[in-house]
Amino acid sequence: MASKYSKDLLLTMYRKMYLMRRFEERAGQQYGLGKIAGFCHLYIGQEAVAAGVEEAIRPDDYMLSGYRDHAQPLARGSDAGMVMAELFGRTGGYSKGKGGSMHIFDIEHHFYGGYGIVGAQIGLAAGMAFASRYRNEDRITVCYFGDAAANQGIFHETLNMAVKWKLPVLYICENNRYGMGTAIARVAAVPEIHKRGEAYGMRHEAVDGMDVLKMYEAVKDAAAYIRAGNGPVLMEANTYRFRGHSMADPATYRTKQEVEDERKNDPIPRLKDYAIAQKLAKAEEFDAIEEEVKQQVDAAVKFADESPEPSLDELWKDTIVEEGEEDVRPRERVLGVKVTNWPKYPSGQELKVTWDLEPREQAEKADKAAGLKR
Amino acid sequence: MAELMYREALNQALAEEMERDANVFLIGEEVGRYQGAFKVSQGLLDRFGSARIIDAPISELGFTGLGVGAAMVGLRPVVEMMTWNFAILAMDQIVNNAAKLRHMSGGQLRCPIVFRGPGGAGGRLSSQHSQALESTYAHFPGLKVVAPATPADAKGLLKSAIRDENPVIMIEGERLYALKGEVPEGEHIVPIGKADVKREGKDVSLITWSRMYYFCEEAAKQLEAEGISVEILDLRTLRPLDEEAILATVRKTNRAVVVEEGWPLAGVGAQVVDIIQSKGFDDLDAPVVRVTGLDVNMSYAANLENAIQPDAPKIVAAVKKVLYREGA
Repeated sequence: MASKYSKDLLLTMYRKMYLMRRFEERAGQQYGLGKIAGFCHLYIGQEAVAAGVEEAIRPDDYMLSGYRDHAQPLARGSDAGMVMAELFGRTGGYSKGKGGSMHIFDIEHHFYGGYGIVGAQIGLAAGMAFASRYRNEDRITVCYFGDAAANQGIFHETLNMAVKWKLPVLYICENNRYGMGTAIARVAAVPEIHKRGEAYGMRHEAVDGMDVLKMYEAVKDAAAYIRAGNGPVLMEANTYRFRGHSMADPATYRTKQEVEDERKNDPIPRLKDYAIAQKLAKAEEFDAIEEEVKQQVDAAVKFADESPEPSLDELWKDTIVEEGEEDVRPRERVLGVKVTNWPKYPSGQELKVTWDLEPREQAEKADKAAGLKR
Repeated sequence: MAELMYREALNQALAEEMERDANVFLIGEEVGRYQGAFKVSQGLLDRFGSARIIDAPISELGFTGLGVGAAMVGLRPVVEMMTWNFAILAMDQIVNNAAKLRHMSGGQLRCPIVFRGPGGAGGRLSSQHSQALESTYAHFPGLKVVAPATPADAKGLLKSAIRDENPVIMIEGERLYALKGEVPEGEHIVPIGKADVKREGKDVSLITWSRMYYFCEEAAKQLEAEGISVEILDLRTLRPLDEEAILATVRKTNRAVVVEEGWPLAGVGAQVVDIIQSKGFDDLDAPVVRVTGLDVNMSYAANLENAIQPDAPKIVAAVKKVLYREGA
């Protein structure tokens, strides 16, 4: 039977996953060399999630993540050198070195940041989705968070509102089974995170997050459902990180056997084997991609290494917006690339808000039933 | 000029800004059909609809996060805290996100949002509902903090706050909502960061903000009767502080008393004293004195509640102390 996937799709997803893998391996190595400091949470093992999601949504859909946030922007098309320079704390980084590993922001590619407080981005995503509805934009917000974030209050508070107001947001829980060093099953009353959507009347599902094609299919379907105005979806991508929580974590809380077993599920060779078995691509084509990506990552490290540290006067910038101050377009500033897709929002005069959060007739009907006068 | 209540002035500012800019919306508990817990949003639901006047569930952290997210992509939310006491639940979103987004994104993002609601003690509400939390927010770079005393300032500062490109904390006086004052109609703007000399005097400066201004006025009247001329500087904005105005009044009177409702340790008043002693030391004829709330939790008992808060007699005593007069 012929594959229902195009060669182009498979190779694109492969290239993205391979880029994330090589990038993170080099990031880990550079951390070891002392070029990267702080926490550095690697995405190794989870690549199928970001790659599957990215191909299933639109490039201008909004996206946010937690602190394990180097890889998703790479899947979106962010510049690897600029992400690496951010990890190095250099001016060439997306945030001029002010955000670091946990705070990658690439607004040009609609990546609205990594956040260092567990679960904090869940509320923000609802707000961005709210803005899309408010402005009648046909756009969804994709919000990544980890399994541990599902135990935070903001998860519950936000899901409640997102469902009630039918906000166009796709919540993707990357369940890698550990919140730092604590197995989720040890601390979660319901470790199958997606089931918590049930309590809020929210569409929810679990997906094999080690299989990029399954991710792609599931997200395509969920995104169509959300875009059609049905409200949010809670998707649990069951995945696994091959490394510790951060570079500072030797991950002694899990057995060698467990990690070895999971490595057999490595999504990257899995996709390659599938494409070759389906005769969609040849091994040499993958070799060529791998070689290109290696060079791309080498260049990224070199770029970061050569980028200067920020000057001390940068300390006093970017905290308060001064009057008339423009927002920074990082690729334009660093690479001299003309940025054409910088977000433009309608001004107050152009905007017509037609959406009724609580339709008046409904409210009046409810009032009447309760014997109330509005 | 029309006489309006403080709450009506705020209502007018909200309505005018929502009329002017469709990106502005109001979210909070009971802001819509209930018409506002303190009636600040009276009538707005009918005028602007349920998409712009949004009744939120009682989830401060959640709806504050939603507001911040909306601001990140260009809307201009006004998030009403039923009281600032409840906003403590939302601190993470205000402090860790709103205040830091621009910095962490290296200048890519802006967060034009207003967090507003009543603050301050009194009303026999005991510890959890009765506290002045200005210094908590004034502590964080990335936020602006305003605390108007009069209806006119309330209107003008709220309009400025909504138009500001940064997150602004607006602490309204819970005990001031029914207070009346003249309020200019239409485009009345009070700039953020500018203090206001509310009473001219030459012997001593009272530096204060929000509800404490009225105790200062009461004290000033008493002191004038005794021949002491009092200047009152209403800071209005607590971050950024109007250093120029603080130094100017001290230059004029050479003596200062800083009056604040909150606790003494790490209070905004402590920073005002630091500004005076480090940049205006040569203008001083006496050490600056602070009048603050007592360093205890608020009690329910009427006599204890009164004893905890600053009042006119305490301010009078402090003025006499900086003037080296009797009884100090």
